[in-house]
Amino acid sequence: MSNHLKAKKPLGDRRKFLLNMARGAGYAVIGGFVWSAYLDEAKASPLVLRPPAAINESDFLKTCIKCGLCVEACPYDTLKLAQPGDHKPIGTPFFTPRDIACYMCEDIPCVPVCPSGALDESSVTVKGQLDINTAEMGLAVIDENSCIAFWGIQCDACYRACPILGKAITIEYDKNERTGKHAFLKPVVHADACTGCGMCEHACVTEKPAIFILPREVAMGKAGSHYIKGWDKKDEARLKDAHAIHTTTKISKRKAVDKLNRGLEGLLDE
Amino acid sequence: MSLSRREFLKSSAAASAAAAIGMSVPAELEAAATKAEKSWRWDKAACRFCGTGCGIMLATTGDGKDRKIVAVKGDPAAPVNRGLNCIKGYFNAKIMYGADRLTEPLLRMNDKGEFDKHGKFAPISWERAYDEMEKNIRKALKEKGPEGVAVFASGQYTIMEGYAAQKMMKGGFRSNAFDPNARHCMASAVVGFYQTFGIDEPSGCYDDIELTDTIVTWGSNMAEMHPILWSRVTDRKLSDPDNVKIVNIQTYTHRTCDLGDFNIIFRPNTDLALWNYLAREIVYNHPEAIDWDFIKKNIIFAAGPVNIGYGFRRAGEKSLLPVREDGSAGKYDAKEMQTYNKEMQKIVSELEGPALEPYGYKAGDVMHNTPGTLKHHEITFEDYKKSLAPYTLEYTAELCKGDPDESLDSFKKKLQDLAALYVEDGRKIVSFWTMGMNQHTRGTWDNTLAYNVHFLVNKQSRPGAGAYSLTGQPSACGTAREVGTFAHRLPADMMVKNPKHRAKVEKEWQIPAGTLNPVGNQHIMKIHRDIEDGVVKFAWVNVCNAYQDSANAKHWIKAAREMDNFIVTSDGYPGISSMVSDLILPSAMIYEKWGAYGNAERRSQHWRQQVLPVGHAMSDTWQWVELSKRFTVDDLWGPYTLRNGKKLADVRGEAVKMGYSGDTTMYEILFENERAKKKYPLALDQFPQQGYDNSECIGDARNVVGTDGKVFKGYGFMIHQYLWEEYASFGRGHGHDLADFVTYQKVRGLRWPVVNGKETAWRFNVDFDPYALKHATENGRGSQYAFYGPLAKALPFGNLTGVTDKKKKSLKDKAKIFARPYMDPPEMPDAEYDLWLCTGRVLEHWHSGTMTMRVPELYRAVPEALVYMNPDAAKERGLKDGGLCWVESRRGKVRARVETRGRNRPPKPLVFVPWFDERVFINKVTLDQTCPMSKQTDYKKCAVKIYKA
Repeated sequence: MSNHLKAKKPLGDRRKFLLNMARGAGYAVIGGFVWSAYLDEAKASPLVLRPPAAINESDFLKTCIKCGLCVEACPYDTLKLAQPGDHKPIGTPFFTPRDIACYMCEDIPCVPVCPSGALDESSVTVKGQLDINTAEMGLAVIDENSCIAFWGIQCDACYRACPILGKAITIEYDKNERTGKHAFLKPVVHADACTGCGMCEHACVTEKPAIFILPREVAMGKAGSHYIKGWDKKDEARLKDAHAIHTTTKISKRKAVDKLNRGLEGLLDE
Repeated sequence: MSLSRREFLKSSAAASAAAAIGMSVPAELEAAATKAEKSWRWDKAACRFCGTGCGIMLATTGDGKDRKIVAVKGDPAAPVNRGLNCIKGYFNAKIMYGADRLTEPLLRMNDKGEFDKHGKFAPISWERAYDEMEKNIRKALKEKGPEGVAVFASGQYTIMEGYAAQKMMKGGFRSNAFDPNARHCMASAVVGFYQTFGIDEPSGCYDDIELTDTIVTWGSNMAEMHPILWSRVTDRKLSDPDNVKIVNIQTYTHRTCDLGDFNIIFRPNTDLALWNYLAREIVYNHPEAIDWDFIKKNIIFAAGPVNIGYGFRRAGEKSLLPVREDGSAGKYDAKEMQTYNKEMQKIVSELEGPALEPYGYKAGDVMHNTPGTLKHHEITFEDYKKSLAPYTLEYTAELCKGDPDESLDSFKKKLQDLAALYVEDGRKIVSFWTMGMNQHTRGTWDNTLAYNVHFLVNKQSRPGAGAYSLTGQPSACGTAREVGTFAHRLPADMMVKNPKHRAKVEKEWQIPAGTLNPVGNQHIMKIHRDIEDGVVKFAWVNVCNAYQDSANAKHWIKAAREMDNFIVTSDGYPGISSMVSDLILPSAMIYEKWGAYGNAERRSQHWRQQVLPVGHAMSDTWQWVELSKRFTVDDLWGPYTLRNGKKLADVRGEAVKMGYSGDTTMYEILFENERAKKKYPLALDQFPQQGYDNSECIGDARNVVGTDGKVFKGYGFMIHQYLWEEYASFGRGHGHDLADFVTYQKVRGLRWPVVNGKETAWRFNVDFDPYALKHATENGRGSQYAFYGPLAKALPFGNLTGVTDKKKKSLKDKAKIFARPYMDPPEMPDAEYDLWLCTGRVLEHWHSGTMTMRVPELYRAVPEALVYMNPDAAKERGLKDGGLCWVESRRGKVRARVETRGRNRPPKPLVFVPWFDERVFINKVTLDQTCPMSKQTDYKKCAVKIYKA
């Protein structure tokens, strides 16, 4: 049987060595060595993708002790510890979906082993059961200009690769008016279901992936909680963030009485 | 006016960017672009992959042997795809340039440089390769006669390659051990066409998609296997979503089901019962839907024997001897024999009992099987009606429901809704199918059952209505079927067993009367079995991967490697067949040669050689023509006795009378003859040759050293055109009319029959098909249709249990409705092997993956074959998604990863494992059962167990 199917063995020597090197770099930083690397790479990198259940990035950097247990637990070698040159905070775990995506293991072996709380098991636990579908590692984003499905090519490789296909990625059908007899089958990402595992980015057949994972903070906008969709009962969930409203604009920043007492202020100038 | 702050920033950024790269952008870029464009040459071709037949344009650049394909685009002028492609077609430009292309002949040799079956592969010259081939063919002919020389042929041959191979095999070697991988993909469709219409290939065309109201897929994952056609189906649905209905009838849920108004998941093999249920609904419950005028003018009813076995080896065959007490037999162990024994007799099961009652069997009876036969006879409508009686809603639903988690009521409702669509007056309906109905132990029956339903309601051979078999391979229609690269066929639907057909071919080929061998029974599984029996001593794999694509592969690989024989593979890449071989020949790939393919709507499409082949690779046409130089009249045309005792005459004397001598080579007779040289001279300065390479006819800049040890300088005449025109001459005037070679170089394909320069969209319908008009006028029945196919058009008469009147009655211009029951497949899940295994393809990969697994993007997208299974079934076996498992049958096992949430979602009792991945060699597990009539392998069902690896 060929290599790619070999059952997961204890860590190979090479991998162990690399892992230890990365850990070493992390410890070295703590010990005060390799300052140049530290200066370049210790700052929060806004585009780094963390393991499932990672707490928010700034807290993560404070909490992660760079022990590498999550990396060791990953059966697909998806997770790596950042080394000098990775341009990521050294010693912290991350993954690059184009190389190896997260396979969304049902038992999420990388999370329970975290000793520091940087990976928060409760954030991927539903009714006492681990549920990888609730992970929020990132969000898939499609560049519609380079996505060949938007050209009319019958691709949807990302859709077929999606572990939660039909939920995280669906296909939107659209008539191809140019040919008059074919349809576009365009992938659409749904942020409420996408975990950011990156199987889509990995499978994408364009030279540079037309679908790619960004940290959710980077990829997503946010609508204010002052308006709830009247047609969507579930949208009321956003009310949990609702708060007393207090607004200021350029025109309203002065107290009313101050404004009124400044006279007409050139109102009639021409 | 002053610049705004924003405008200032924008312009300065642009200026600094231009400054940074140090050039004045527009002028120089434009100049560079123009130059590049000039050196690109765009030319049309057909996509390499499936039977859809998309048109593409290829851009090549470079000079002489450095000219390479650099890009591809969908051909906007191609009617099938109008400029679009699927994910495989998108990568046509990359398929020929894999790092491990085979570039020179390789022979297994010992240290002394001698051929050694146990030696390692080392490069040799073409001359040495042909010396070895010649020696081993002579040896095989001497020991076993023509039956000892075999070829695994292909539905991916170009038409000319297939025709050249056909001429040398049947005309030269007098061997009919010549059968394509297309046997595995559409033989059941062919026999279905023959039995129903008397002529092969679909009556409709792809325009049916835009014209219909209803698309029902039966055992077909069109979304992945015919993606461009599926996008047309999708467009049809979008254009009228309320009226247009889509129903998918499958054994597991897949991509195609996404678009279904509803989907029917059935128990494997019970599609036979579903068709019969639909017919019963029409005949018993909606007789008003039957168009009796149509039936009376155009249809007869027919039946044949049901105890025809399952296409296994039969008891007494050499490799099944001796039979031992432990249940094993010859080379087959006791476990394998549990299934194989059903070839001779079986107990009628409770499931199939009711369906077989009209045919004289009931549950518990012993059914003694005879070898598969194509024989059938006419019956009355009343008998046909009787055959449908068992398929009540109750029986059908109980039998067919494939998902234990679906309620019987829900399933019944779907059956009724489906019947309503077929019955609805004025509703146009197309039934598409692919491998599900063809790769089936009763595939021929299944195909004919489809036409039954369409005929009953007069929804066949009409624009937007018809039962429609979609082909899998790019030229299964064009080459395998139309050229007839099958053991039993000759060009244009002629048969080797028909003396008139043989005579016609012998005359056209200018070979002696009596040269052609009338016994054509070595279909592709038989060739494998004959190798295992030691009958076939020489086998050549052409444009296919016979050792990866055949079911129960361990037996055939062992036979090839361990027995005294010589196996040759011609290929572009080293697949399993190459690994199994003794000699490997490097083949020119698709756009490295002139060629033509025929797609699933009878559209023939040609292309010119775009680039020179890599290394020393040469086309399969060249390889066959070169082989023909090695054999003379005296070598091949003496007397032979076949193993059934039949004699092949000594035709050498006749050959001399025709002006040949004993040492005239087959090359001179079959290829480089006077008519070829005279009628098809090279026209280097004329369209379509001008400016294009032609490695076979004029040699090429590589100066390949040929099979005679000298630089190959070309045949000196336009052999591609000669092969095309001679082949086409068989069909012209017989309903298979093709246009001339040069016309096809200009057009985006034409659908045959091409009569007076006009293609035919719908056959058998007088409004569209000039042949139908001619026949309808002549027979004077006043019908809109003429099912004019000539095969099996006189039948004896009988009932459901046999013939009662042997006198044959003509049924000229009529089609047939067949009474054919549901029967179990020979191997079904039981306590030990408790799951159905279904194999097939995935969109990203083509067949055995020799091409697509070398395209980095496709490899990355789907790097390995997975075991698609139901999450609950996985859980019950302690299997995790992504974990490794064994898939084991009575014949072998493979290890692969479990996938429970992917694109394919089987019901609990079934798993799907695609076969493209040579590292997950699923054909070690599958069963070499075939439809006993078509001899097509059923890859869609056998029993396996799955456990943690």
